[in-house]
Amino acid sequence: MGKILMKGNEAIGEAAIRAGCTNYFAYPITPQSEVAEYLARRLPEVGGVFLQGESEVAVSYMIFGASACGERVFTTSSSPGISLMSEGISYIAAAQCPAVFVNIMRGGPGLGGILPSQGDYFQATKGGGHGDYRLLVLAPASVQEAAEMVMQAFSLAEKYRNPVMILGDGLIGQMMEPVAFPEHLATPPVNKDDWATNGMANRGSQRPNLVKTLYLDPEQLNAHNLTLRAKYQRMRQEEVRFEPYNTEVDYQVLIVSFGTMSRVCRTAIDNLKAQGREVAMIRPQTLFPYPEAAVREAAAKASCRVVLSVEMNMGQMVEDVERSVRGQRPVEWFGKCGGEVPTPEEVMEAVRGLLAR
Amino acid sequence: MAKGKTFKRPEALRDCPTHYCPGCTHGVIHRLVAEVIDELGVRGRTVGIAPVGCAVLAYNYFNCDFQEAAHGRAPAMATGIKRVRPDLMVFTYQGDGDLASIGMGEIVHAANRGEKFTTIFVNNAIYGMTGGQMAPTTMPGQRTSTSPFGRDAAQVGMPIRVAELLASLQTPAYIARQTVIKPKYIARARKAIHKAFSYQLANRCFSLVEIVSTCPTNWGMTPLDAVEWTEKTLLAYYPPGEIKTPEAAEER
Amino acid sequence: MAYLHTIDRERCKGCGLCVAVCPKDVLELDREANTKGYFPAHQARPQDCIFCAMCGVMCPDVAIRIEEVQDESAA
Repeated sequence: MGKILMKGNEAIGEAAIRAGCTNYFAYPITPQSEVAEYLARRLPEVGGVFLQGESEVAVSYMIFGASACGERVFTTSSSPGISLMSEGISYIAAAQCPAVFVNIMRGGPGLGGILPSQGDYFQATKGGGHGDYRLLVLAPASVQEAAEMVMQAFSLAEKYRNPVMILGDGLIGQMMEPVAFPEHLATPPVNKDDWATNGMANRGSQRPNLVKTLYLDPEQLNAHNLTLRAKYQRMRQEEVRFEPYNTEVDYQVLIVSFGTMSRVCRTAIDNLKAQGREVAMIRPQTLFPYPEAAVREAAAKASCRVVLSVEMNMGQMVEDVERSVRGQRPVEWFGKCGGEVPTPEEVMEAVRGLLAR
Repeated sequence: MAKGKTFKRPEALRDCPTHYCPGCTHGVIHRLVAEVIDELGVRGRTVGIAPVGCAVLAYNYFNCDFQEAAHGRAPAMATGIKRVRPDLMVFTYQGDGDLASIGMGEIVHAANRGEKFTTIFVNNAIYGMTGGQMAPTTMPGQRTSTSPFGRDAAQVGMPIRVAELLASLQTPAYIARQTVIKPKYIARARKAIHKAFSYQLANRCFSLVEIVSTCPTNWGMTPLDAVEWTEKTLLAYYPPGEIKTPEAAEER
Repeated sequence: MAYLHTIDRERCKGCGLCVAVCPKDVLELDREANTKGYFPAHQARPQDCIFCAMCGVMCPDVAIRIEEVQDESAA
C-alpha cells in the first residue's frame, strides 16, 4: 500500500470515500474549503453525492436527513461553521443517528482568523449545542492519523448511533504529508432497517419508522437521556485512546497536549532530554472520552513535580487535566492562539520556568 | 339504485384522534395528502418531514416513514434524503412560521436548486403551537399576541406571499396556492397536491402547494367565522391558483 | 346499492363545519356532549341525506364515513 503526498484536507476527503462514505454536504470556509473542492471533482467519479449547501445550518440538516434515512454521510467545516452546525449536531445525537463531522479549527472567537487553533476544545467535548449529549471526539496529530481517524469514524458512529467529530486544525488541513488509506479500516455499513426511514416497502415492513427528538412527556425524555448517557458511559469504557511519550523514564514534568501542538512538544521534549532534563507527555487521541486514568497515573509518578497542559488556546483542556490529576500535582497551562503556534523553544522555556519556581 | 358516494379514511392516515383544535383545517390537509399518497401507491417509499409547530405531531397521524425537523429546516432534511435516496418520495409539511420565518433560507435555496421533493405549506397567518404570535404572513392590522395593536406594516412590513416569492426563482418548479375552507376549494387543493406529488414521481421538479388554512383558536373566532374571514380577507391577499408550472417556465 | 352514513361521536370535535356545508341541512350538533366534552354532529334528518359526502370532505377529523351496504329490500 503505497503512500501518496497529499494535502490534509484532500486526504480527509479521500479517506471518507475509502471508508465507504460517498455522500458529502458542505459549505466553504477557510482553512478547509479544499475538502469540498477535492470532493466536487472526486465524488462524481465514484457515483457519490456532493452538494454545497446554502449555509452550515442547512448542511447540518442535510446530514441529518440523509443519515436518518440510513445512508453514510459526512461533512467538514471550521470553527464558526461548526458553531452554526451545533443545533443540528444536538438533534442528530438526540435522534441517535450516525454522522461524521470534521472541524479544521481556526482562530476564534467570532470571525477570528484563518490560521490554526485549538480554541474549539470545549465546543467539541463539552457540547456546542443544547442538551445532555456528547460527541466521540478524535484528535489527529498528522495527515496520516487524520485519514485513519476519518476512516474509523464511520463504524464508530454506527456502533454508537451518535455523531463522531474529528477535531483537527488548520495545520493538519493545509500541510502535505505522505498518507496511505489502510483497507482494513473500511468497514461495511450496518443494517439500519429497524430505525431508518428508508421506506416501509424497501424493508418489507408494515411499521413506519420515525426519527424524532420531541418528547413532551418528561418521564420519556428523562428515560431517553438515560439511554444516551449509557452510550457515553460505554464510550468511556471502550474508546479511550492516548499515546504516551518518554513516560518510561523518571521525568520531572508531564506535558499533556493533543493534535499538532503535541508534535511541537515532542521536539521540545527531545531537546530537553539532550540537555539532561527529562519531560514526558501524554497525547490524548480521543478528547471524549478523555484519558483521565492515563493522565492521573502519569502525574502520580514519584519524580513528577508538575503537569503542564500545552494548547493552542487560552486554556481549555487544562480543566480536564486538573480534573484527571485531582490535586496530586500542580497543573499549569501554556499556550498561544490566534494562529500563533508556540515553538519548541517557547515550550522548553515554559518548562524551565515551571521548574525554576 | 340509490345515487351517492362512499367516503372513508385513506390508508396513509392513521385511525386516531388528532390534537388539532376543533375546526382547524390542518386535519383536512392531512387527509388530502394521505389520499394522494394512496392514489399514487407510494406509501411504502414515502418519507414525510414534520415541522416545528402545530403540525409537528403529523408524524403520529400519517402511516408512512417520518422524520421530524428542527424549526425551519425540513427543506434541508428533504434535500439530504432526496440526494442520497432519490428513489424515496419525500414531502415536507410546514407552517408559515416554520417555512417563511426561520426557514426562509432553506425553502428558497431548496426551490432554487430544484430539489425534487414536495412541500405542503400551511399558511394560517399566525403561530399556532406557541400560542398565536405574529407570523410573516399575518395580515396588516391583524391582532396577535405579539402584534396586540394589529400588525403595523410601517414597523414590521407587509405579509409575505411565499408562492409568488418562490415562483420568481428561475429554476423550473410547480407552485400553487389553494385553500381548504369549503368543499369546492378542497377539490382544487386536492388536485394541486396530486399534481405536486406527480411532478415528484416523474422526477421532474421542485413542487410546493401553499394552502391557506384556518386557526380558530388563535384568531379568536369560531370555526365558521374563521372560514368567512379566510374567504373575505386572506384569499383577497393570497389569491389561489396555479402560480408556476415547469412547462410554463421552460417555454420562456 | 344503499349507503350508510355514520359519524364517530367520540372523534368529532363539534366544530360545525359539516353542518354548514350539508346541502340538505341534515346535520345538527348534538345537545349531549361526548366524553371529551364536545357536542358532536349527528344526522337530525337522515331521510334527507343524499350521500353526497360534502360533510366527509369538509370534516377535519375524518369522523364521517359513508359505506355501501346491502339494499334492505334486496336482503
